[in-house]
Amino acid sequence: MPQLDFANPLMMSKLVWLLIIFGLLYFLLKTIALPRVASVLDERAARIAADLNAARDAQAAGEAALAELRASTAAARAEAQAAISAAMVDAQAAAAKQAAEINERLNAQVAQAEAQVRAARDQAMGALRQVAGETATAMLARLSVSAPANDVTAAVDRAASQGAV
Amino acid sequence: MAVEGNSIDALSQFELGTVGGAIGASVGFTQSNLHMLIAGALIVAMMVLGMRPRAIVPGRFQSLAESAYGFIDDMVVAQVGPEGRRFFPFVFTLFMFILFGNMLGLFPYAFTYTSHISMTFTLAAIVFVLITVVAIVLHGTHFFGYFFPQGAPLWLAPIIIPVEIVSYISRPISLSIRLFANMVAGHVMLKVFATFVVMLAGLGAVGPFLSIMPLTINVVLVGFEVLVAFLQAYVFAILTCIYLHDAVHLH
Repeated sequence: MPQLDFANPLMMSKLVWLLIIFGLLYFLLKTIALPRVASVLDERAARIAADLNAARDAQAAGEAALAELRASTAAARAEAQAAISAAMVDAQAAAAKQAAEINERLNAQVAQAEAQVRAARDQAMGALRQVAGETATAMLARLSVSAPANDVTAAVDRAASQGAV
Repeated sequence: MAVEGNSIDALSQFELGTVGGAIGASVGFTQSNLHMLIAGALIVAMMVLGMRPRAIVPGRFQSLAESAYGFIDDMVVAQVGPEGRRFFPFVFTLFMFILFGNMLGLFPYAFTYTSHISMTFTLAAIVFVLITVVAIVLHGTHFFGYFFPQGAPLWLAPIIIPVEIVSYISRPISLSIRLFANMVAGHVMLKVFATFVVMLAGLGAVGPFLSIMPLTINVVLVGFEVLVAFLQAYVFAILTCIYLHDAVHLH
């Protein structure tokens, strides 16, 4: 087996060259090749982390904006509700006030009209009594019955009051 | 070359010779060393040229370099822990050097430098010296406590201590023989079956048909050898990591 032929001088020189080549390879990889890979991998990891952070920030901002939108919508709705109920209360108060005014005016007009009617009736009743008294005096005169004027008037008044009832 | 008369010569592929003419001969530069140089150049080229684009989204070549880096990085961190990071360049060099040596050896006319016990033992000895120096530097005289686990009954010491010492010293031996034996066995088998192909083909009219059998076996064997080439490099690297773990943490 050639591998066990340790008398061969090439066996030793081969190992010396092995150490030189292996050492050189180790040096090249350690100082040049591997740091480059590490820097690229670090760069990528940093980039990914930065992108993830940016995405997270954007998500947080979006959520905040959404919450703000919800809050402002709710506020606007409440405000509108308050305005509506205030307007309704105002309108009801105004309507009630107007209705009261109208009622008052109508009551006054009714009272005035009733007073006029009463005055007109009283006047008419007065005139009727006078006519009835005069008629009764005339009829008594035709019948040649003399009666005191006071008695005639009292009789007419009695009859009128009975008729009014 | 493979067939000399009717004998099978499976071992001449491991013979050392010099390359580079008179200069190479004068400095003892063998074809084994030439293949080491080629492997080293390929490793450096793969890592440096592959990473040249420095792309955020890597292409194929850059992915290859990055996954080789990540593979060994994960292995070192998983086995040794985060403090093992400083051994990463060494384990990476070791793994790539053995892997490329094993793979290069599968090419026709190539020399497999990992098929020499002197070479694999030298690598294992470097690992052995490294783990011993690291353990002594980190733990001082506590390192010798490694050979006698705490809590073991004292009367067992005469048995435990020699066993632990033998198992510690046998580490570089098992490490080097495993790699060496796997590579030699694979290459001898390839050579033997390849010789069968040539010998059977010379057996008159039926010969060429018979020779298809060893040829088929060789095709399967090459696939198998690719697996072994990777696996042995992996085993060497992961055992180195485990030994480094012991050196850093002492059990």
